[in-house]
Amino acid sequence: MVEEVAREAAEAARPASASGSVIAITDLSLTFQTADGPVHALQDIDLSVDRGEFVSLIGPSGCGKTTLLRVIADLEQPTSGEIAVNGVSPDAARRARAYGYVFQAAALYPWRSIASNVALPLEIMGLSKAERSERVKRNLELVNLTGFERKYPWQLSGGMQQRASIARALAVEPDLLLMDEPFGALDEIVRDHLNEQLLQLWAKTHKTIVFVTHSIPEAVFLSTKIVVMSPRPGRVYDVIDCDLPGERTLDIRETPEFLEIAHRVREGLRAGHSYDD
Amino acid sequence: MTALAEPGGGVGLSPRVFVRRIFAGQTGPVLVVVAAIILVWYLGAAFLNAPQQMEADGRAGVERSLTGFLAATYSQERPVLPAPHQVAAEIWKTTFAMKPTSKRSLVYHGWVTLSSTLMGFAIGTLLGVLLAVGIVYSRTLDKSLMPWIIASQTIPILAIAPMIVVVLGAINVAPVFAKGTVSAYLAFFPVAVGMVKGLRSPDPMLLDLMRTYSAGPWQTLVKLRLPAAMPFLFASLKVAIAISLVGAIVGELPTGARAGLGARLLAGSYYGQTVQIWSALLVAAFMAAILVTLVGIADRIVLRRMGMAR
Repeated sequence: MVEEVAREAAEAARPASASGSVIAITDLSLTFQTADGPVHALQDIDLSVDRGEFVSLIGPSGCGKTTLLRVIADLEQPTSGEIAVNGVSPDAARRARAYGYVFQAAALYPWRSIASNVALPLEIMGLSKAERSERVKRNLELVNLTGFERKYPWQLSGGMQQRASIARALAVEPDLLLMDEPFGALDEIVRDHLNEQLLQLWAKTHKTIVFVTHSIPEAVFLSTKIVVMSPRPGRVYDVIDCDLPGERTLDIRETPEFLEIAHRVREGLRAGHSYDD
Repeated sequence: MTALAEPGGGVGLSPRVFVRRIFAGQTGPVLVVVAAIILVWYLGAAFLNAPQQMEADGRAGVERSLTGFLAATYSQERPVLPAPHQVAAEIWKTTFAMKPTSKRSLVYHGWVTLSSTLMGFAIGTLLGVLLAVGIVYSRTLDKSLMPWIIASQTIPILAIAPMIVVVLGAINVAPVFAKGTVSAYLAFFPVAVGMVKGLRSPDPMLLDLMRTYSAGPWQTLVKLRLPAAMPFLFASLKVAIAISLVGAIVGELPTGARAGLGARLLAGSYYGQTVQIWSALLVAAFMAAILVTLVGIADRIVLRRMGMAR
């Protein structure tokens, strides 16, 4: 039984077959049982994410976008419906360490230096010391944190901490990166800067990224596909293809194409929200 | 004149500056408290020893001046409350001015007590940590053990200590272990309670993170829960070391008063040797203070090494 799971896990770690669908969700619902009765966090979600896509989940708070990301990560269990990550169950994908997860807060261990924080998942994976230090070096370089290896998290700014946590997620070398409002707590200037860096990172690493946000410009700027969600119950209202050119700079936000997509996202959010009042 | 007119201006160390400096730190307030305690102690000693002195003087037909009477209340052989200088002299005599191997040396008795204190502290800490890990990882243990752990501390230690010592003595356990058991009985409690809280202290996000790495329970314990619990552990250890000493002393009371600070206390009260009681008490207090300070230093070193002390 255990071996079976292990084998399944090993398969899940490998990139999925040619079809290229990294995440496939059909008819997925999740209901939380609370003291005040059931809360329909997610209802009838259909979503598919292809290899190499940058998909943003956008919606007002309470629309279940974080919950959906947590279901993909096997941190929540759906009540009904189908979900496959890399062609296997989220549980098997998690065991195979098929994804890296970046939380709203940097979630660095305060007693570990930056390098040691990035090395944490690698220690858990049981990699050799040489392999660990090589990956730490490479991924810190990727997020421009070379030279900060020996600092402790509290010695870094919020933006740098979040970059360290991205490096930590990348160090696992997953093909899939799940990011839950990673820049939500940062000020706008830092956020713009990190958005640019994230795009460069994405271009360099060819990862599949699922990104939760409630910022329209952020979603349009980063994504190849925007999933607009509506609250109570959380469902997918609209899926918008974002076909802006691959090489984007912050200036793109002034172009008519950008504004048009942003407008459509805003319309979607408003319509999804309309029955509220 | 001008120098005096400006406080602290240009004068090397005027009395005012000196006093202000002392009171800026902790030294000043501590000195004031110590002075107040000694003053109250002297007043109390005179007050409590006066009836005994008057009786003795009356029997002997001695007339004394007020200062002579006061001096007499401070130099009785078996005073109700010995004066601080009597206790200080006794402590000096039985520690520095005596071979440490002598049966009357407080260094000897202190060592006897210290060894069971440290043994009990070590056993209690280990037990407390193991219990806490069990409680955090097993819902069954949480439900079943926690009430017993709390109940264990509602039994007065004075009632249970003699039984522990007598029972363990009957099966030929060395006295140091028997007394250590009493210490451990007291010490495990703050460690268990503190560690349960400490092991549960990591942010849910950090626990989720371990889950995304598909880390096993052992890895989560060693890499996340235990390090996160360190500040809680040291806070508990400070309490544990102090009550370990209490446990060791209480454990010495029923052993027939052969050795240890507890034995000195008991022997002193048998023979009305109040000076001996008070010096043993004070040495126990000093020892507790030193032990707590040592744990505090270990606390600071460990947390600094972990980068958690800012």
